[in-house]
Amino acid sequence: MTPSAIILIVLGLAAIGYFLGRQRALKTAQRDGVKLHSLSGYHGQSVALFVAVPALFLLAAWLFLQPVLIENSISGKIPESAIPEGGAKSLVMFDVRRIADGLNQIIASGDSSEADLTDMRADVTDVRSRLAEVGVALGSDVSPVVFQAAKEYRNIDLVASYLRNIAVLVVALGFGIWALRRIQPKLRARNISETFIKALLMGSSLVAILTTVGIVGSLLFESISFFKMYPAEEFFLSTTWNPQFRGGSELGFLPLLWGTLYVSFVALALAVPLGLMIAIYLAEYAGSRLRGFAKPAIEVLAGIPTIVYGLFALMTVGPFLRDWIAQPLGIGSSSSSVMTAGLVMGIMLIPFISSLSDDIINSVPQTMRDGSYGLGATKSETIKQVILPAALPGIVGAFLLAASRAIGETMIVVMGAGASARLDLNPFEAMTTITVKIVSQLTGDTEFASPETLVAFALGLTLFVFTLSLNILALYIVRKYREQYE
Amino acid sequence: MTDTTADTATAAGHPKAGSLYQVSERTRRRHAAEQRFRMMGLAAVTFSILALLGLMTSILSNGLSSFHQTYVTMEVFLDPAKLDKKGNRNPEDIAKITTFTIQPLIQAALAETMEARGIAVEGVNAKKAVELISKEAPAQLRHFVLDNPEVIGQSVTFDLLASGRIDGYYKGRVSMESAALDRNISPEQLVLADQLKAAGILESRFNWSFFTAPDASDTRPEAAGLGVAILGSAYMMLIVLVLALPIGVAASIYLEEFAPQNRWTDMIEVNIANLAAVPSIVFGILGLAIFINFVGLPQSAPIVGGLVLTLMTLPTIIIATRAALKAVPPSINDAALGIGASKMQAIFHHVLPLAAPGILTGTIIGLAQALGETAPLLLIGMVAFVREYPGAPPEGFFDPASALPVQVYNWTQRGDPAFFERASGAIIVLLVFLVIMNAVAILLRRRFERRW
Repeated sequence: MTPSAIILIVLGLAAIGYFLGRQRALKTAQRDGVKLHSLSGYHGQSVALFVAVPALFLLAAWLFLQPVLIENSISGKIPESAIPEGGAKSLVMFDVRRIADGLNQIIASGDSSEADLTDMRADVTDVRSRLAEVGVALGSDVSPVVFQAAKEYRNIDLVASYLRNIAVLVVALGFGIWALRRIQPKLRARNISETFIKALLMGSSLVAILTTVGIVGSLLFESISFFKMYPAEEFFLSTTWNPQFRGGSELGFLPLLWGTLYVSFVALALAVPLGLMIAIYLAEYAGSRLRGFAKPAIEVLAGIPTIVYGLFALMTVGPFLRDWIAQPLGIGSSSSSVMTAGLVMGIMLIPFISSLSDDIINSVPQTMRDGSYGLGATKSETIKQVILPAALPGIVGAFLLAASRAIGETMIVVMGAGASARLDLNPFEAMTTITVKIVSQLTGDTEFASPETLVAFALGLTLFVFTLSLNILALYIVRKYREQYE
Repeated sequence: MTDTTADTATAAGHPKAGSLYQVSERTRRRHAAEQRFRMMGLAAVTFSILALLGLMTSILSNGLSSFHQTYVTMEVFLDPAKLDKKGNRNPEDIAKITTFTIQPLIQAALAETMEARGIAVEGVNAKKAVELISKEAPAQLRHFVLDNPEVIGQSVTFDLLASGRIDGYYKGRVSMESAALDRNISPEQLVLADQLKAAGILESRFNWSFFTAPDASDTRPEAAGLGVAILGSAYMMLIVLVLALPIGVAASIYLEEFAPQNRWTDMIEVNIANLAAVPSIVFGILGLAIFINFVGLPQSAPIVGGLVLTLMTLPTIIIATRAALKAVPPSINDAALGIGASKMQAIFHHVLPLAAPGILTGTIIGLAQALGETAPLLLIGMVAFVREYPGAPPEGFFDPASALPVQVYNWTQRGDPAFFERASGAIIVLLVFLVIMNAVAILLRRRFERRW
């Protein structure tokens, strides 16, 4: 039985539980001739909740843990001798899983029975060709040890799945029957089901915490194993980024940091003044017709996915800058450059800055404006000398938030900035960023447990720390500033 | 209105300035500065609107042509001597025929058609002429024959894809000059294409298969479609909707209505605010490390993408839902409590239904964001070349699939410029979906949102 079938069965049981619980509540009330404490529906609801929720939680936990536990027990049994020269245990385990999967398909196709499979031995039968028949292509012949491990894997997996199904159904029925049997007119079913629901609501709010824990945990865990393989001071201080397939890579983080900061600088240099001017113009000058048209149009820019900007950089802005500016001036011949990515990213950030600044400018009290006008200042003087200084902390906050967006932006730089890591001042030269390298190191064909792949986690961790501190700082400033005028 | 005050101020500062009607030098300067500032603002607005227009024009001009495709329509004789050598119409034997067996049939059919219409171009023999037809055509024929073995021995009219270069010729991507330098096509072949077009054999029509066909290999841009990507994106959106909406609403109700004011609640709130600003690629790393490496879910499967996007969308939905719950006036809650409802009843029976339009709007906007998200999906392996459609859910959630934005990225990484056209076309499809979703959100807001 597949997990989805189990889920359906549990939900079905819960529905039955609802009706049984309701009926039983009504019946007991009639028999005893008393009024129910709660509406009969609440009795049904509490039974349904007791049937479904613990069982589904058990199922989820089991699905989550079963592969991990089986993997550990099997991989402990694979001797070192079965691991090919230069390979890793994870690769052998991958084969084990695929063979086990293939064996399942052989059974499912009806060609062999379980008994045939028990007799099948890697040194006698041509396992590889049998598996190829059901569509599982293996890179090499199967060694007896690995095949044995695969068979064991499959057996444990089958038994565990069987146990899982039984356990889930027992829990569902057990809790259901318990909940049904305690139904009596005096039972406070509404309070029970409301407490239950409240616990569920609280549990949902924990998902946010769990996500953060998951992010930090996975980044830290893999980064630590990276720093065990590669010295940390090299990573943070070296100025060369030169990953090699066969080891001996130089993984210096500084060129990536430089590229990231340079692209973000270009983007912010475009977006901050423009965004700010747009916010000011729309808030203080524009008539209602222009505002009614321009505001949504600029907001559209914010809703466009970054891949669209990336394509724009790649197809239009990059070639334009190369053909009209970089090549005539002789300062670059690549269509992907810091300028390309920076300008396009700047366009992406304009609505972000303008809507944040709009909020901030609007929250400056009208009395301050009126005071300034009363002293005879013009509009622009009021804006420059009264509103902007008053709104400065908020604008700094917006700037920091935009900077964090720029640093973490991926698709525009992947498609617009290029892939060569270098420390250069020329903005028409291709450079690369942290996010580009995370993508390229994790989508390549390198083995997972190598420094070349794991470096992506260290990069991710630095990125996360960077953006997080910018965000916290920005939120702190914005919040502090809001309080000033509230 | 400021003129008078400004002038009096000037007048007070410079007693000799004279009449109010005579604008002093300083006032003129200040007004000029005012004008300049205003113009700068207008320029900024204009620039960003121009940028939006430029973006749209670039995408549309590059991509609209992908909705049309050049086809060659002709009769092909399905020779039984080639397709069914044993003559027994046994499907298993027919299944063994390869595209190499079929290619000569197409070549012969094209040569025959050209001869019948009297079309011939010097320097283009039958072998060269058949290069006008996509390499995908034999596969198309093979599938047709396998599905309908009874047609063997008959002549059947097929719509065969023209090759990417010929298609590009009619879309302005390939010219006589570029063909002379191109080893995949020659100017003579283009002349032949023109003659075929004049004879009505070659024609351009709406490209339905762009929406239904799976991706195609590097050398066959003309056959590449979005079928698998649209399906994969749809699966992921389904997962996001099913997971993120209930969890997000539940979390918001708890935080807004039940949570006590303490450190723990504060921590959750700070967490949600920060998650909303974490770079999307970090979520991809999370998906790779937890869902794929730790739990062992398959790579490039919609379930992993859906889970990652769910975690990304949750903060958006929570923030929108909390705003919607806050907007419901407390008097409604109080009235329900006053006539004896429990807190849970007041919320679920009265507050939540009134907040529903706001929640739905926020959810749709969150979904639209998730639909366009690319970076995290790259990391969980959705860049893989997938030609098989994923199965029906729920099992299909575990099959490899692609996603719309990832397909765009994928196509931009290919060599043939015809893929850029496809990528822009895919972007248009993506944007149309986004526009529809946002329009629904706006309509919902206009129609159902109540101002209290």
